[in-house]
Amino acid sequence: MKIGYYPGCTLKSRAKNLEDSALASLAALGFEVEELPRWNCCGAVFSLANDDLIHHLAPVRDLIRAKDAGHERLITLCSMCYNTLARANLLMKHDEEKRKTLNLFMEEESDYFGEVEVLHVLDFLRRELGWEKLRAAVKRPLEGLRVAPYYGCTLLRPREVAIESPDLPVMFADFLRALGATPVEFPEATACCSSYQIIANESAALEASAKILRAATASSADALAMSCPVCEYNLGRRQGDVRSKHEGVGELPTFYFTQLLAIALGLPQETLGLKWNEASSLELLKKKSYLTVSA
Amino acid sequence: MAIKVSVKTVRGPLAAKVKEVSGQDPNVCFQCGLCAGSCPMTGEMEIFTRKVMHLLQLGLADVVIAQKMAYLCASCHTCQVRCPRGIDIPAVVEALRLLTLRHGENYLAPESIPAERVREMPQAAMVAGLRKFTA
Repeated sequence: MKIGYYPGCTLKSRAKNLEDSALASLAALGFEVEELPRWNCCGAVFSLANDDLIHHLAPVRDLIRAKDAGHERLITLCSMCYNTLARANLLMKHDEEKRKTLNLFMEEESDYFGEVEVLHVLDFLRRELGWEKLRAAVKRPLEGLRVAPYYGCTLLRPREVAIESPDLPVMFADFLRALGATPVEFPEATACCSSYQIIANESAALEASAKILRAATASSADALAMSCPVCEYNLGRRQGDVRSKHEGVGELPTFYFTQLLAIALGLPQETLGLKWNEASSLELLKKKSYLTVSA
Repeated sequence: MAIKVSVKTVRGPLAAKVKEVSGQDPNVCFQCGLCAGSCPMTGEMEIFTRKVMHLLQLGLADVVIAQKMAYLCASCHTCQVRCPRGIDIPAVVEALRLLTLRHGENYLAPESIPAERVREMPQAAMVAGLRKFTA
């Protein structure tokens, strides 16, 4: 059966490299994925106010679309979408009073009780394929590539939607090992890059990013891998600004985890969407001779 | 910073509002400070989360609102997963933001974001930021 897929806004524009590399990789691994019909923005953040129900409508509507399309599972790639959808799903599953109000408000939609399972693709690969099978599917092992796995916040916190223990996560490192890369441990792997703070409090935001980049540089990683477009913006796109204001931050190419996956699966360069990465990312891949050009 | 504490402030409507909107009771906090020690955004905060919780115990939400602190929170939830008292601190901070935003006062004027930033920024950052910083 086809698996429901929720892309989210950023994956159709700025993070096209995340979507393209992921969909090509999932297809190469034999998974049939179907994008939800008529999906809308999930709202990017889960509303934390007890008396604010209106902001739950957007993610719940997406979950209803998944259910109505007959999907038992819904996969997401963007960490922020994963977090928002997974939390909204738990709310609909466990909070009887709010569920009733939300279902009544959306009377034109099917009633929803949290039936769909929301999964992030990293967790989906671990469950559905497993690291041994992934290792077997790898055609171009990323030997000699030292990668710092950066989880960020929204895959691990709050605890009830964490894809694994927020205190000592290992999934990302296991994934990289299966691709033949060398995962590098660094102390800021689960720290926050400042997220949306970059739009309003730039200096504080760049400082938070600097701490992460400095730790990754100190661990002598070749690259930083992640799954969140906002993290990628703060740590990749804005890396030059971080470096110009903070010491001890080396140039560190950034990749979405799915780009590394696509490379390891031997997929052609066009599937990687490298024009959306910083120039240093392409340079590193060339230096390591990892790129495959389709015939 | 001189503050005035009385039964009026502790039992006042502002303290009650924070409790209601966040669904959290600041009195549960025993001031260990693990939240502040875990916060990635303290660099430019005038007061940290531990002190925020203490001020809220005294009913002084207005003192906290006068600071930039609530608008420097990135909702990363590090404090929440580490809090030994199980307090959802990001929800408390969200309530503090909303006390201002719900009066129609923007923290960030959307038109002040430079056009080149809008073009290059991921939508998720824009949507999340405008949700947190505008009324």
